[in-house]
Amino acid sequence: MGAGTDLGRVRGLGAAKEGVHHWWMQRVTAIANIALMLWFVASLVRLPSLDHGSVVLWLRQPVAAVPMLLLILSVFWHFRLGVQVLLEDYLHGPTRVLAMLALNFYALAGGAAAVFAVLKIALGNA
Amino acid sequence: MAGRPIAPRPLSPHLGIWKWQVHAIVSILHRITGNAMALGAMWLFLWWLVAAATGAEAYGVFLDAATGWFGIVIGIGCTWLFFQHLCSGIRHLVMDTGAAFDLAVSRRAAFATLVASVALTALTWAAIILTKGL
Repeated sequence: MGAGTDLGRVRGLGAAKEGVHHWWMQRVTAIANIALMLWFVASLVRLPSLDHGSVVLWLRQPVAAVPMLLLILSVFWHFRLGVQVLLEDYLHGPTRVLAMLALNFYALAGGAAAVFAVLKIALGNA
Repeated sequence: MAGRPIAPRPLSPHLGIWKWQVHAIVSILHRITGNAMALGAMWLFLWWLVAAATGAEAYGVFLDAATGWFGIVIGIGCTWLFFQHLCSGIRHLVMDTGAAFDLAVSRRAAFATLVASVALTALTWAAIILTKGL
């Protein structure tokens, strides 16, 4: 932390305009991921079978569909933040900008496809 | 300066001359496992979900691939990726609080993530094989 008055520090976070948001959201989603992913692995192991009928019946229940949607949101958000750090460390200049753009599209498109699939099953069309 | 023999100066240490220790291995594994899941395993997760949403036929194609020997090897690999990232992620969360930075504790915790990830992977697949008889 540099010099400056307390008020100045509260008002402006410098040129970046934000401080620990990336770091904090990575932790928030990490903690959510622990619970949601352990639930997911345990649920798959406990399903009587992994054939189409069993998976569809399972995902039709709100107690499975809602955590799955939360899992997709939290996991895709988490990896979006994590891959960003990888790109920032190894890529520079225009390549980094393009890679970052591709990462945003990748995470958002993947997440949308996953959410749509869960909704389609949960609302009874699969 | 000029004309005087220059003694070989020590270079800044980099990966090439550092001795690999368990903390360093677990640290780079955290990055590798996380990005491997984000850029690799995510496709398998999507394939599974979208196939289930598409119908029994599309799901059958997924299941045939997933239950072949290659699919099972990939499945075990992805399970380990997840558990390794989970265990070292929990270690990071603990260290975020300022705890467990002591050298001996840090080394033991790093080693524990490797043991735990292998054990949890074995346990998960033992449960799958016992209950589903793959």
